[in-house]
Amino acid sequence: MVPDSEDVIGRTDGPALVIEVDGEPVTGVPGQTLAGVLLAAGRDSWRTTSRAGRPRGVFCGIGVCFDCIVTVNGERDVRACQRRAAAGDVVTRQSDELPRSRS
Amino acid sequence: MTVVIVGAGPAGLAAARAARTAGASVVLLDAAELGGQYWRHLPAERRAREQRRLHHGWSRFLALRAALTADPGCEIVTGAQIWAIDRTEDRLRVHVLIGAADGRARTPRTLLPDALVLATGAHDRTLPFPGWDLPGVYSAGAAQALAKGERIAVGKRVLVAGAGPFLLPVAASLAHTDASVVGVHEAARLPVLAKNWTARPWELFAALGKGAELGGYVLGQVRNRIPYITGSGVIAAHGDERVEAVTVAELDTSWAPLPGTERRIEVDAVCVSHGFTPRIELAIAAGCRIGPDRFVVTDVDGRTSVDGVFAAGEITGIGGAQAAETEGALAGLAAAGAVDDRRTAKLRRSRASAVRFAARIEQAHGIRKGWTAWLDRDTLLCRCEEVTHGEFVDTIAATRSRGLRSTKLTSRAGLGICQARMCGRNVEDILGQNVPDGVITDTSTDHRPIAAPISLAELAALPAAPTAQEGHIS
Repeated sequence: MVPDSEDVIGRTDGPALVIEVDGEPVTGVPGQTLAGVLLAAGRDSWRTTSRAGRPRGVFCGIGVCFDCIVTVNGERDVRACQRRAAAGDVVTRQSDELPRSRS
Repeated sequence: MTVVIVGAGPAGLAAARAARTAGASVVLLDAAELGGQYWRHLPAERRAREQRRLHHGWSRFLALRAALTADPGCEIVTGAQIWAIDRTEDRLRVHVLIGAADGRARTPRTLLPDALVLATGAHDRTLPFPGWDLPGVYSAGAAQALAKGERIAVGKRVLVAGAGPFLLPVAASLAHTDASVVGVHEAARLPVLAKNWTARPWELFAALGKGAELGGYVLGQVRNRIPYITGSGVIAAHGDERVEAVTVAELDTSWAPLPGTERRIEVDAVCVSHGFTPRIELAIAAGCRIGPDRFVVTDVDGRTSVDGVFAAGEITGIGGAQAAETEGALAGLAAAGAVDDRRTAKLRRSRASAVRFAARIEQAHGIRKGWTAWLDRDTLLCRCEEVTHGEFVDTIAATRSRGLRSTKLTSRAGLGICQARMCGRNVEDILGQNVPDGVITDTSTDHRPIAAPISLAELAALPAAPTAQEGHIS
């Protein structure tokens, strides 16, 4: 993320918030989406696909591709690029492996 | 009279304002915030003195937003996900869930508008290439949204590729973060660009604001020393767990890569857009006629084939923000029942030049058939169901199907969680190239009766029969 002290638009972010991602604390700022918090923290994938087990994160960034879905506070299939982060959110990765017979 | 407007980008905001000036009550809905993708900006929690530096027409946005938010006759509902439109007797019902995105504690609401304006916009169309599913490959719209709405650069060394004028603002936005843009690769070749951009220059002057905007981006390219390479595209992304490099190649006029021109470029991100897919599922659900070019058919004032339903902006043709604003204003006036005044006449003239501008963009940058030459058998076509190009063409050959619906069911392409929003048009194109005479029997990837996922618990909790009162502002 562009540091607010260097941002051409004269940005002042609020005090940090902390969410939990797969059991680890991750720090963000109020107003970020979950995807924003994760990307700013240097994570670019947080899901594995069902068939090939490939990593996925943000692709479309505007809520149409569903590649970035996560489980938030027990709710599945939440688009990380659309959901605003709230302090204390518990985010877990979604990897729904298919039954062995298909592979 | 209540006008319900779906989408709060340039078209929807202009429609809301126009409908209000004509005296209608307005409910303005957006799944996210006011501004749409064009005026995507930081949320209220993150203060910034000069967001205008990242935008064109920012003062127009501020003025529209200020007028609408201060107006008691305009109800603004953000975080409003429309998941279906249906019809009961003679009235359209617009079903909305309001609250945190994809939450399970959203408030359901059903609106019964007297007039409905759809301004749902468009999203990037990305053609697949080997490795396009790697993290670090983004749609250009994602790079734009992250830069403007989050102040995040998608990478340190970023390559922008695809087709169309949208690549330029994306490069400009990246340059306003801490990213270094290593190049903008435009698939159209220079003679095609020159022919379509200079054949009738007065049309560019007619859309003067647009010309100035484009000129600004071109200057930005020069100032930031970003190479603009025409007749070139990304044909593969490389990496194991994320993108580490891309292969670019020269493309012929059909967009097929020219053998021997491949070049590997180290990057940590690539942003791709080959044009736009209009978001027309709600228009289809409302019963609007869709033209052969797959846009909502309207008259000059935005009337669709369905009484009381209007459409504006990118779902009627890809013309950019100014065209969207003009169309939104026309649709808002028409929806409120106010036409044939001087303002309408002026807006209609402006719309005509916007339509010519859109046609010029399509002629210069429209997707050409040769792109499928850069696919290999293992290239993913459908990202959600992980259907490869090889599996898809084998399925077509084995089933000898010309039907899109049938091919989707046998191959699973387009049946995943995005419901073909990413792969639908590409799947249609490849099916068309693999059946006799290129004729496929149905084109239905835009048809999504459930426009957004809804949980069974939310569905079960809905009131059985919404009453008319719920449709009106109380």
